[in-house]
Amino acid sequence: MEHDARYTVAFTALLCVVCSALVSAVAVGLRERQEENRQLDRMKNVLAVSGLVEPGERQERAEIQRRFAEGLEPRVVNLATGAFVEDVDPLAYDQRKAAADPDTSRPAPKNPARVRRLPEHAVIYLLRREGRVEGIILPVEGMGLWSTLYGFLALEADARTIRGLTFYEHGETAGLGGEVDNPRWKALWAGRLAFGDDWRPRITVEKGRAGTAEADPYGVDGLSGATLTSNGVTHLLHFWLGDHGFGPYLAAYRQGGGGQAPGSERRRDR
Amino acid sequence: MSKPREVLLDPLIDNNPIGLQVLGICSALAVTTKLETAVVMSVAVLFVLAGSCTAVSLLRHHIPSSVRIVTQLTIIASLVMIADQVLRAYVYEISLQLSVFVGLIITNCIIMGRCEAFAMQNRPWLSFLDAVGNAAGYALVLILVAAFRELFGTGKLLNMTVLPTVSEGGWYVPNGLMVLAPAAFILIGCFIWVVRILRPEQVEEELHVGALLEPGYEGDLR
Repeated sequence: MEHDARYTVAFTALLCVVCSALVSAVAVGLRERQEENRQLDRMKNVLAVSGLVEPGERQERAEIQRRFAEGLEPRVVNLATGAFVEDVDPLAYDQRKAAADPDTSRPAPKNPARVRRLPEHAVIYLLRREGRVEGIILPVEGMGLWSTLYGFLALEADARTIRGLTFYEHGETAGLGGEVDNPRWKALWAGRLAFGDDWRPRITVEKGRAGTAEADPYGVDGLSGATLTSNGVTHLLHFWLGDHGFGPYLAAYRQGGGGQAPGSERRRDR
Repeated sequence: MSKPREVLLDPLIDNNPIGLQVLGICSALAVTTKLETAVVMSVAVLFVLAGSCTAVSLLRHHIPSSVRIVTQLTIIASLVMIADQVLRAYVYEISLQLSVFVGLIITNCIIMGRCEAFAMQNRPWLSFLDAVGNAAGYALVLILVAAFRELFGTGKLLNMTVLPTVSEGGWYVPNGLMVLAPAAFILIGCFIWVVRILRPEQVEEELHVGALLEPGYEGDLR
C-alpha cells in the first residue's frame, strides 16, 4: 500500500503510543504480584541456605512464609556501626534500590569485588531455634567474570564456621562460571571456616581441588574453567566479611550483642 | 490454501514450521530440557503468534509498505513484553528458567514469517487460524522433544518420577546427553526423518555438488 510520508509518520507514531500504553498498563498492573514473587523467591533462598528447606524442594507459598516466619528473624543492620536499626521494616527494605540512591548510600572504597556503592543499611537474617541464635545469614554480592553475583552466606552461631553459600542471581557462563549454583559445589562450603584465628576473612576459592573441611578449612575447590568467577567469589566474601561489609556487625555479635543476647530482643516491640 | 480447516491443520504435520521449514530451532534447543518449560514456552508463542497475526491482518490495509516490517516487529515486541510480564507475575519460577528465551520470541522466525507471508494478505479470522495452527505445530515438536529429553535425561516427566534413577535408589541410569543441547538436534532430526518417511513428498530433491551451476537446472532452490 502506497502512502505519503506524513501518513507514514503519523501511523508509526500512533502505533508506538498504542503499543507502549498497552505494555505499560500490563507492567504497572502486575508489578505488585511480581514484587511479591521476588520476595517469596528471596525467602526461599534464605531458607535453602540456612538448611530449613532441602535444595530443589518445592513448597507452597503459605508453607514458605510459615517456615520463614517460624525460623528466621530478619533484622536491619547499619553497616558502618554494626548496630541494629529499628525504624526500618526489613521485609520492605530493598537493599539494591537503597544502594543506588545517593541519599541512602555512599561510594564504596575501591575493592577487588568491584562493589561500587554501599547502602547505609543491610538486611540480615538470624536463624533462631527456641530463642537461641543458630545461624546468621548475610546477603553478599560482587562481580564474577561477566556479571554481579547475588547470594547469601550462612554462618553458624560461632560467626566463623560456614553453614552454606548460595547464589540466586548471576549471569555467568552456563557450565563454567554458572556452576556457582551447582548443588554439589555449594555443598563443599558447609563446615569450612570463613575467618582465621585473628578474625580476618580467610576463606578462599582455590585453583584446583581443596582438601576436606577438616584438612583444609580455609579452602574450597575452584570451579574448573572459571578462575575469574572463582576469584570473584573469594573477593566478594572477603569484602562483605571485612570492615566495610558486615565486619562491625559480626564484631558486635561476638561480644554478645548483635541479637545474640536474649535481652536485646525485648527492644523489638513494633 | 484458503479453507479454514486446511489453514489450521496443515502446519501440524504437512507444513510444520520446525519440521519442514526448519524455523524456530534456537528456542527449540534451549527450552526443551524439561516438559514444563516447553509447555509454557509453547503457550507464550501461541499468544504472541495469534495476537500479532490477528493485529497485522486487521491493520493490513493501513500499514504503509515502507514501514511494514517495523510495524510487525513493534506489534510482536509489545506482545512479547506483555507475555514476559504475565509469566513473571504468575509462573515466576518457570519464568526464571526460561530467562532470556521469552524475550527471544521476538526473533523467532516463525512469528515474523507468518505475519509477513500470511497475515498481510489474508482476513483476520484466517490469519488467526493460521497462527494457531503454526503455534500448535511448533508446540507439537517442542513438547515431543522435551518429553523425550526429560524422560531419558532425568527419568521424570513434569517433575514426577517415571523411571526411578540410580541416584535416587532406582534402576535407571540417566542419559546425560539428553539434557545437553545436541540431544535436541538429534531428536528434531529424528522427527523430520519420521515425518518424511510418512510424507515422502516433503523430501527435497537431491542436489549433487555443482548442480546449481549446470545449465538448465530447474530444481527447487529452497
